[in-house]
Amino acid sequence: MKFEPLKLNKNEFQSFLKELAKDHDLFAPVRLAEGVSVYRRIDSTDEIDLDAFNPQKPLKELFFPQSEAMLRFEKVENRHRVTSADQIKKPRVVLGARACDIQAVSILDDVFLGKEYTDVYFLKKRQSTTLIAFACNSPLSTCFCASTGGGPFDRKGSDLFFIDLGESYLVEPLTDKGKALTQSTLFVKASQHDIAFASELEKKAVQKTDASLPMEGIEKKLDQLMESRFWDRVHEKCIGCGVCTFLCPTCHCFDIVDEAVNEQGQRVRNWDTCLSSLYSLETSGHNPRPSGRERTRQRVMHKFNYFPKNFKKIACVGCGRCIIYCPVNFDIRQVIQDAQKGEVSKNP
Amino acid sequence: MKNPYLPIPMVVKKACVETSDRMLRTLELGFENEEDEKAFQFIPGQFCELSLFGKGEAPFGIASSPTEKGTLKFTINKAGVVTTALHQVEEGTPIGIRGPLGNGYPIERFEGKNILVIGGGFAFTTLRSLIVYLLQPQNRSKVKDITVIYGARMPGLLLYKQELEAWTKTNDLKLVVTVDAGDKDWKGKVGLVPNVLEEVAPASENTYAVICGPPVMIKFTFPKLEALKFPYERIYTSLEKRMKCGIGKCGRCNIGHLYVCKDGPVFSYDQLAILPKDY
Repeated sequence: MKFEPLKLNKNEFQSFLKELAKDHDLFAPVRLAEGVSVYRRIDSTDEIDLDAFNPQKPLKELFFPQSEAMLRFEKVENRHRVTSADQIKKPRVVLGARACDIQAVSILDDVFLGKEYTDVYFLKKRQSTTLIAFACNSPLSTCFCASTGGGPFDRKGSDLFFIDLGESYLVEPLTDKGKALTQSTLFVKASQHDIAFASELEKKAVQKTDASLPMEGIEKKLDQLMESRFWDRVHEKCIGCGVCTFLCPTCHCFDIVDEAVNEQGQRVRNWDTCLSSLYSLETSGHNPRPSGRERTRQRVMHKFNYFPKNFKKIACVGCGRCIIYCPVNFDIRQVIQDAQKGEVSKNP
Repeated sequence: MKNPYLPIPMVVKKACVETSDRMLRTLELGFENEEDEKAFQFIPGQFCELSLFGKGEAPFGIASSPTEKGTLKFTINKAGVVTTALHQVEEGTPIGIRGPLGNGYPIERFEGKNILVIGGGFAFTTLRSLIVYLLQPQNRSKVKDITVIYGARMPGLLLYKQELEAWTKTNDLKLVVTVDAGDKDWKGKVGLVPNVLEEVAPASENTYAVICGPPVMIKFTFPKLEALKFPYERIYTSLEKRMKCGIGKCGRCNIGHLYVCKDGPVFSYDQLAILPKDY
């Protein structure tokens, strides 16, 4: 490890946040209602909800907002004055992100920071953000990050890694950016006992996480299933509401619309979903994905076949949101298992 | 850093209705800034996102050729919100464009080959770009015979009529224009594109075919090309999909793992053969 692990007493946590807030915008999970928390910019440290397992809306929202102004325009003397709305005022710190969501942001890097074109809106937010991850001590039954190349204590992509030891946090600086946030005297050197306890917690959490999903060879298997009757069964249950795609930390499709009165207004991008028939419907009336069959196939194929073809990794981090929030209990894990067998065992 | 979503400012220099049903209109756009014009280098088959602030953006193939300097041409089918608004703009109206986007036709592969161009309806736009490009004397000497088959439902629906007239008079290409149904003034060919292709029957040896048209035309023309023994890798087409960003981010135009906006819109048939039929 590059840096020594540190320790922060929970009593000092508020002071740490106050220090951070001096020259950063702070973002953390905020509870909106029972069981619903989202990442929000916080003004007061009381707003933070670290008890929530994982915010309902994923971390992607801070880099790729649900609705985001891209350009502002107005008409001046028969010409348009257009400005890019990509300003970030202050450096940002995100607190309390889980490993799965952080892994997902690195998947979004592949899309938005591609070689040919760079998405400046995503890039600016990414560059100005330091990520403080919190380890998952108690993964849920819907978690399968250990099957998708991650884990509840996975540190990849984090700048600073917090492990809840009960009375205190074990704090691991992982990058220079993360280390820079631990300069204050609030942080003390972690003891051997703390480190041993943290690794015990890690072992327990890893054991609890489902690592049994057969992901090996899924890309090739799906190649064979492309035109199969398999999809006739898979899609039957899905009502196409799209909640799985909106809450997915790696889904990144968007629509672009103008909001304007008299040619003055803004160009906005909004999250979109491939499960909607309007998504691919053309003005002529032709729809290349005319039924739920093609649309469900698109969702599954994009994550486990198309994305691996382009970026050599699957576009799923096992966060389980699509399973938790699906109104008809569609379970992506079942689809993977069935695809591996080449047949639908029961309605996924 | 360059923001790929920021349109280049253009202005409408000229607008003309192309067809008797008034559904197709060609806009000629000029650059507002000289440096934008210099930086805008494209090849036939590429497209742009046209931007009317307050209405939105829509993608259109570039109908002019890189050899025609100074302006860009787009022929627009009136169908939705943006295209309807584009049918109403007048000379002097400011318009934004993003581009050139996409891959374009594989011009360098055409060197030393015969070229067969098959177009139907208003999909003739980027084919016009290609033909004008190939007819430029310097480029013309690089390819062998050029055959163009162009069909429309009725004579009134043919695009670029003056140019078609001029092309019939040159020896630089063989042009066959056909309509599904003629009218009293029509003296040309009557017949469907696939049948005309059979009649004209250009040799497939050493020849590239480029085919753009409505799905039904493609569906019946493609088997004729197969019968003429055109190998899949020498048949190219240009696809359209409902796209938004044009740069491979927004996810809307994928066919399998490829994106029509950045991996296309021009694809060869051997590429398409292994992709799902999501188009």
